[in-house]
Amino acid sequence: MSNPLNRSSRRTLAAALLAGTLTTLGLAGCGGSDATAGGAPAPAAAPSASAASTALTVKDPWVKATKAGAMTAAFAILVNDGTTDITVVSAESPASPMELHEMTVQDGKMLMRPKQGGFVIKAKSTHELSPGGDHLMLMKPAAAIEAGGEVTFTLTLADGRTVPFTAIAKPFAGAGESYDPGMSMPASGMPMMPMPSSAP
Amino acid sequence: MTPRPSPVSRRRLLAGGAVAGLGAVAAVAATGDPAAGPAAASAPLDPGTATVPFHGPRQAGVAEDPPAHAAFVAFTLAAGTDKRGLARMLRLLTDDAARLTQGVAALGDTDATLAVLPARLTVTFGFGPGLYRAAGLRSPVADLPPFRIDRLQTRWSGGDLLLQICADDPLTVAHTQRMLIKDARPFAAVRWVQQGFRRSPGMQAPEHTQRNVLGQLDGTANPRGPEIEPAVWNPDGSTTLVVRRVRAEIEKWDLLAVTDKENATGRRLESGAPLSGSQEHDEPDFTALDDAGLPRMPDFSHVTRARVTDPALKILRRPYNYDGVPNALGHPDAGLIFAAYQRDIARQFVPIQQRLADRDLLNEWITPIGSAVFAVPPGCAEGGWIGERVLT
Repeated sequence: MSNPLNRSSRRTLAAALLAGTLTTLGLAGCGGSDATAGGAPAPAAAPSASAASTALTVKDPWVKATKAGAMTAAFAILVNDGTTDITVVSAESPASPMELHEMTVQDGKMLMRPKQGGFVIKAKSTHELSPGGDHLMLMKPAAAIEAGGEVTFTLTLADGRTVPFTAIAKPFAGAGESYDPGMSMPASGMPMMPMPSSAP
Repeated sequence: MTPRPSPVSRRRLLAGGAVAGLGAVAAVAATGDPAAGPAAASAPLDPGTATVPFHGPRQAGVAEDPPAHAAFVAFTLAAGTDKRGLARMLRLLTDDAARLTQGVAALGDTDATLAVLPARLTVTFGFGPGLYRAAGLRSPVADLPPFRIDRLQTRWSGGDLLLQICADDPLTVAHTQRMLIKDARPFAAVRWVQQGFRRSPGMQAPEHTQRNVLGQLDGTANPRGPEIEPAVWNPDGSTTLVVRRVRAEIEKWDLLAVTDKENATGRRLESGAPLSGSQEHDEPDFTALDDAGLPRMPDFSHVTRARVTDPALKILRRPYNYDGVPNALGHPDAGLIFAAYQRDIARQFVPIQQRLADRDLLNEWITPIGSAVFAVPPGCAEGGWIGERVLT
């Protein structure tokens, strides 16, 4: 496991260094081909540049490829190496308006809804964002998010600090999910609850 | 047949030894290869968790001792897949391969539990002439010329992209094939898949010469160790791959006596020794005569016709057997996925295939039914992707 973990933290570092420079050939799926990123050492769980005192790192980020205007979601493993709990209160991306979502069961059906209070990552623990679980929702991507492309994100924490990262887009049809309420649902699909006004 | 106790007993000794011991040898064979790039710190001794490094100046899956199972997956690019699309596809597939070969699930892997036993998994990328066309680049490889013996079928021929997936476990190969195909789907359609096998891990000593479905030792004349370098690797870390599907006409082969079979190949079936010698790796002596004054190595035999002495003109065979479903008459659908690596197909592979096509007695019992050529680009460093130097 150590190699991929190192690779992942290197990617996180690279994402931090190159945040905002979304290029075709910049960050590859397993890190940066940019000299800055490639030459950088890979310290375990490197904190991002813009949140030097934050112990939150974003591991293995990816986003589900989609067509323009169609909802989709981003996933990752949020790692808190610090000794205090961390709360992610919002996410932003140049690609789309964003919300933090969770999946819940209501009346025997899986429903998706905004996560009240954000994602809390306990001290010295991890919080997985995954299909069928908590996720970062891209409400309406302005352009298609193509498989193999990259999308930059910034997480904002409760104390105001930010954590940028870059996710690779994957073609994904798993878990029978649809994040687009306009689409017809598969039998096992997950219709979305109406948005409460408390969404961040 | 003369019993040859020594290799057999040595094999039994090795096979009877601790599984961990064999795993260790395999791991050393994989990581000790300079072609594998930076050596892995320590490979596990267990056959299931043994890994081959993915990153390095050369791709893995070429010079290592071949794992027991393989899937050769060829794709046809979608009409809209251009140079930028290829880059996006190859970054996705590289990331999947880099993770899966190290026993880590791919991003978005819906069956992550199947990723934990890599079993020396390698994923090797090959670029067909069509990939270069789609990228607007000159292809370093061209389709083979037609050969008289060919009975090529479209369903086993050509391909714009090849993924050679090898591992010591078939479930690992199946999962990897599934994951990679899923991520390739926006860019390419599956053109053909050829699945093959060799002896299972632990059955024989590492580096053994595999036996094909005709019972022949297959690959004795392969370059080994330092001989691989001049035959296989270009200075930039690239190589080329020819994949030929060769059907074995086993029903006809069955009709032959052992002596006839040995004359067709020029080697003893049991030991693999040339008919002029006594051990598998004895150099064939084409001047040696038998009691009747005839050459011990018949000039129509496979070994005689395929013979290459210049180390730079040899090819590295890495074949896998296939054995499909017999028909209602009980006739097998079996043969060889003939995979050969060399620096230059036209200079190394074609002359050998031409000599065999012109006159090789073995042609009576084998039929090429598929053919494809691929450039194998250099490997990549951590953070890079396969093909980055070709497509950027």
